[in-house]
Amino acid sequence: MTRRFDTGGAPHFPPQATIRQVMLQVVFALLPGIAAHAWYFGPGILLQIALAVTFALLFEAACLTLRRKPLQPFLGDFSAPVTAILFALCLPPLAPWWIALIGMFFAIVIAKHVFGGLGHNLFNPAMIGYVVVLIAFPQAMTAWLPPQSIAAYEPALSEVVAAIATGESPGGMGWDAVTGATPLDTLRNSVAAGQMISEARQSPIFGDFGGLGWEWIANWYALGGLWLLWRRVISWQVPVTMIGSVVLLGLAAWLIDPGSNPAPLQHVFSGALVLGAFFIATDPVSGCASPRGRLVFGAGVGIITLVIRRWGAYPDGVAFAVLLMNMAAPLIDRYTRPRIFGRSS
Amino acid sequence: MQPDPIQTAKLAGTRLYHFHGGLRLRHNKQVSCELPIARAALPECVYVPLMQHSGQEAEPTVAAGQKVLKGEVIGRCDHAGGGWVHAPTSGTVNAIARHPISHPSGLDGVCVLVEPDGLDQWTALQPIADWRDAEPAELRELINGAGIVGLGGGVFPTGRKIEEASRRGIHTLILNGAECEPYISCDEMLMREQPASIILGAQILQRAIGADRTVIAIEDQMGAVYQALARAVAATDATAIDIVKVTTLYPEGGEKQLIQVLTGLETPSGGRPTDLGLLCQNVATATAVARAVVEGKALVERIVTVTGSGVRRPRNLAAAIGTPISDLVEQCGGYAEGAARLVLGGPMMGYSLASDANPVIKAANCILVLTENDIQPPQPEMPCIRCGECARVCPALLQPQQLHVTVRNGFWDDTIEAGLADCIECGCCDYVCPSHIPLVDWFRHGKSELRRVAAERAGAENARRRYEAREARLARLKQERRQRMQEKKQALGDQRAKQERIEAAVERARSRRRNET
Repeated sequence: MTRRFDTGGAPHFPPQATIRQVMLQVVFALLPGIAAHAWYFGPGILLQIALAVTFALLFEAACLTLRRKPLQPFLGDFSAPVTAILFALCLPPLAPWWIALIGMFFAIVIAKHVFGGLGHNLFNPAMIGYVVVLIAFPQAMTAWLPPQSIAAYEPALSEVVAAIATGESPGGMGWDAVTGATPLDTLRNSVAAGQMISEARQSPIFGDFGGLGWEWIANWYALGGLWLLWRRVISWQVPVTMIGSVVLLGLAAWLIDPGSNPAPLQHVFSGALVLGAFFIATDPVSGCASPRGRLVFGAGVGIITLVIRRWGAYPDGVAFAVLLMNMAAPLIDRYTRPRIFGRSS
Repeated sequence: MQPDPIQTAKLAGTRLYHFHGGLRLRHNKQVSCELPIARAALPECVYVPLMQHSGQEAEPTVAAGQKVLKGEVIGRCDHAGGGWVHAPTSGTVNAIARHPISHPSGLDGVCVLVEPDGLDQWTALQPIADWRDAEPAELRELINGAGIVGLGGGVFPTGRKIEEASRRGIHTLILNGAECEPYISCDEMLMREQPASIILGAQILQRAIGADRTVIAIEDQMGAVYQALARAVAATDATAIDIVKVTTLYPEGGEKQLIQVLTGLETPSGGRPTDLGLLCQNVATATAVARAVVEGKALVERIVTVTGSGVRRPRNLAAAIGTPISDLVEQCGGYAEGAARLVLGGPMMGYSLASDANPVIKAANCILVLTENDIQPPQPEMPCIRCGECARVCPALLQPQQLHVTVRNGFWDDTIEAGLADCIECGCCDYVCPSHIPLVDWFRHGKSELRRVAAERAGAENARRRYEAREARLARLKQERRQRMQEKKQALGDQRAKQERIEAAVERARSRRRNET
């Protein structure tokens, strides 16, 4: 008696990994950094994340419906929430709600779905969203809070909610009273005003290496990033060359002129550098695929970031650097194709 | 100066190297290793496919109703790459008909159906009295005639392989006992139970190809195998046989990977191990060679691992070629609850069969029955996110994420450049892909498309050449015709001038005559 079977392609194993697992691990790795952010700068960041994730999922669902794609596998892959969280982490904690709305529109609709959806985006969606709101709404995007330990006024949760919902400054005080310059802003303005770096660093917003609070957030991001490395969700090439190039170039500049160039570790622990090195520039879709290509990609992001910080119009340049290198990624991949087995190089 | 690869290859096995990528997989071999190899009972009818080797289907040499003896030739194929097929037992040829043949394509093929008479009587055997005195060429001919093919799964006729190898000059024979796919244990059990015949086969093969030494590669997780082989070597007068344990890492049993592990050398792309002076043979092939030469017996049976959680009592069976798979599963206690997929071969590279009426073939090292739980419903395919896991595990150093895009879009030139031909279809990329893209399926499809495209291009090239030749011929003919016309005209012109001269002369004569009168 014969028995019939359904056939299927090899390998005959259940799937070992899913995109959802990959994305969820990224979210887990971000948690310590997010917690530290809330610890130093208040609960605003958590609200921003909640807003951005909600908008991202709505836009994602709308786009999938318009494109006649199934909702379940794509909404469940967690790629949109990851984009949203990375975007929200770049926002000032009290930014009004429509910043997240507009940012997510550009990230999910324009940068992701117009290019073909998951896996087809040329640019990092989170960075597209961030750069759009940064350029379009410079004032809202520079309303950073000082760390709570040195803040003159600490907004309560209800005031934070009200500020995000209405765009009004918390407690009826002026924005200037609540917000302050970031460490990178301070350095930039001081150097522009002819001060020495060492003088600028006298400000209480600086910590041991970078900004007060910021440096610890960076540490927690790095910890999450190292966990991702260990879990092999990301590969070592991009973080190493990105941070490495910043340290090396920063060191050279600092040795030549310590008066107007911050110390290399100041660079590493300021702005979005560590976050970018482990979580943003490592985005596989918009980055390089070959190992050597990733070395070039990481180094490129690091160098462009430094160039923008030193000569550009913005205090931090990670987002622009990532987008510029996204453009170059296909070309880099083409020229760094690994040697195939049994062929001479 | 670069070291000479052949000289390096001569040191095979003295030091171990790594290959790129690979996977650590759960072994799952123990379940089928607990019972010794048993002889499978003869079925009511054996279905011997005439297509059991690379190349073309063999031509049947028997007719329905004819009586055959075990080991009698029932199919011949003398094309390059073809092989001979023998009756696996004595009995009557019932029919020569189309039947499923356990081919990856799932298509039917011509089978010789033999009804066993139960005597299992061998045909007149013609062993070589002493293989040590035999000419290598004589050995090679005998191996070819015994229908021996690579039993590791390549099923290239062994006789032709060693013929080519002996022409190229081989210094080291590598016997591949590194059975790296999970579940499969037929080689391991063979090495445990019949080490002497493997060593004998190694010595014969060594003589047949003129190699200086043999390296037998086994996995470091095969417990008792090393001892068994070492004892068997010590019991012979063989001196140049080394046994090497290699790290268990899928796919280290792939020919190119094994050579890289043993020598640190990469088989040139598009080339063969013979380019390095090496020849790889599976250990089971060596046993088949020993049996063919010393006992004169053709390849009519093989050891098959019947295993998986869909089988009640997994074990290894020595089965006659052509035995229906259902018979073997029956002898292993039948199907367990929830058996959902029938795979011929291992879980990484094997192909699933639609029915257990398929017969055991020479390439069938394993019959794997998996349950629903083992395979789980297929996940929806998601877009590639270029995570690069596939490239990290690829032993051929390819970029599967890139390659799959070129294949999907039919960019054949890019596909060739990206090295599709170097893909060994090991399935590592497929296994790790978080988007569940059936990469190996795409690559197999791409390879067949490339063959089609190459044929099409060759055809187009041929047509172009013929067209150009025709154009050239027509132009030449036209030219020739014009020339002939010209010549004729010239000749005609000449004639007319001559005529005119004659007429003029006649005229002059006339007028002179007129003047005279």
